[in-house]
Amino acid sequence: MSPTTQIPAPTRSGPAGEQATLKPIKLLKQTLGRDRLAAVGAMIIVLVVILAVFGQWLAPFPDQGMGATNASARNLAPNAWNWLGTDQLGRDVLSRIIMGANPALTISAVVVAAAALIGIPLGAVAGYCGGWLDEALMRVTEIFQAFPPLLLAMVTVAILGPSLTNAGIALAISWWPWYARLVRAEAKSLRERSYVEAARAMGIPQLLIISRHVLRNCMTPILVQATVDIGTVILAAGSLAFIGLGTQPPLPDWGLMVAEGRGLIFSSWWIATFPGLAIFLAVLGFNLLGDSLRDLLDPRQVKR
Amino acid sequence: MTNVLTLENIVKTFPHQRRVFTAVDNVSLSIKEGTVYGLVGESGSGKSTLARCAMQLMRPTSGRAVFEGHDLGKLEPKALRTIRSRMGMVLQNPVASLNPRMTIGASVAEPLRTHTALKGQALQARINNLLDEVGLGAEHTHRLPHQLSGGQCQRVGIARALATSPRLLILDEPTSALDVSVQAQILNLLQDLQQQKGLTYLLISHDLDVVRYLSDDVAVMKTGKIVESGTAERIFTDPRHDYTRRLLEAAPGHGRPEMADSHTLPTLTTQGND
Repeated sequence: MSPTTQIPAPTRSGPAGEQATLKPIKLLKQTLGRDRLAAVGAMIIVLVVILAVFGQWLAPFPDQGMGATNASARNLAPNAWNWLGTDQLGRDVLSRIIMGANPALTISAVVVAAAALIGIPLGAVAGYCGGWLDEALMRVTEIFQAFPPLLLAMVTVAILGPSLTNAGIALAISWWPWYARLVRAEAKSLRERSYVEAARAMGIPQLLIISRHVLRNCMTPILVQATVDIGTVILAAGSLAFIGLGTQPPLPDWGLMVAEGRGLIFSSWWIATFPGLAIFLAVLGFNLLGDSLRDLLDPRQVKR
Repeated sequence: MTNVLTLENIVKTFPHQRRVFTAVDNVSLSIKEGTVYGLVGESGSGKSTLARCAMQLMRPTSGRAVFEGHDLGKLEPKALRTIRSRMGMVLQNPVASLNPRMTIGASVAEPLRTHTALKGQALQARINNLLDEVGLGAEHTHRLPHQLSGGQCQRVGIARALATSPRLLILDEPTSALDVSVQAQILNLLQDLQQQKGLTYLLISHDLDVVRYLSDDVAVMKTGKIVESGTAERIFTDPRHDYTRRLLEAAPGHGRPEMADSHTLPTLTTQGND
């Protein structure tokens, strides 16, 4: 968290070098080794990330993926040329799903990052300082939480106008209170720890205590929450696109594709079904991994 | 001899189930430079609360804590932080008092980075020097607290408390979480450091032997009040208050001839495997 804790390291000898605290990478490795479902989740996530990064080169018809129409090949069922069929404008469904991975992942990563950036400092200050500041900050977060997230997002988009960016802003606004509450609860218990008291007794400035001693020790629950939330935000962004408040046509978006195909679900089932499956699998992947991380961190929780 | 720390009429109350619980009840004491002041009493007698009031980790309900002539309760937060570099604190649970994610070196470096301008090589040299003073090798710099034993962690805690060269150390049950053999090593270390550096200690313990071993002056606390105080010699040989007498009688080893006149703990080598 802070660069000040690094010390010029002359040598890192044998057993001294082993870092047994739960570092994110090591945590991930442990989880995957122990848990098949987590490994499946991780594989799905890796696949989605590959599609998001290299989609342009992987999609068979990248121009159709971005919205170019092909009137001569409308509503084709899955075949050797268009593996997942074509939609009512003749665009290759597979290409559009592949190209849709990028906006889906980008918006969820940005929303989770923004929510974390707003929520974590507020929660840490509220939990660590306590008193009236805690009360005030928590009442504000409760006001935000009182609105159903999707409704709040719809209102925001209605004010700002429909687009992927605005949908992202809307979702971040309704998402940060969860991070604030999570971090506040952690900070409240961490501030009673001996090492925090020791830091206060040494006259360390409060902000450094919060960042170095409090935040650094609640990173793991935040990591779990963020993993699950990336999946949830993909679903929420898809929902906004579905009702026309997110990505606008002709850009590719899984939620939008489901919306476009729903009128033809009985005649051309592939148009809506495959993007829906893409959303389902992506959300499932992040949830599986997130749940396993949580199980690993909290062994008391019984697996259902 | 001047007084390093003076506590005047410290009262600390906590709200407890609609009533007021008085943890520290009008305690005054003063600690002379270069001496060890032992504060002894059973669990819940208010010793630790008093120490936290002295450090201003808790604001006392009333009363003053005066350190080097400054009324700590009246200082601005920034001035208080600065003056805390002149006071050190060693806590009861050595492993828990170190951040589990910070290496030993980083923990010891923390007060130095805040209160001194040391950087890079000079900082590293000072850390190694401090670790050496408490009997730890430089190889521990990159280890994490859970890789060390309780005794080693307490040595780190002492090194960290000494980092900014304070005049006063407040030792809150510094040995009660440790094995008996390790306790002796830590006490020897504390005694050596005190004599070498002319430090002043406020030593808090429920263990009479620990207090007797190090202290020049002793105060006995019971339910938030000091019931008896005086020189260690006098308290242990001629206890006047009924509670002090009962405390001494209740101590293990009381009445056994081989323990009766032992003013020193069994001396073990500091190089043992703690």
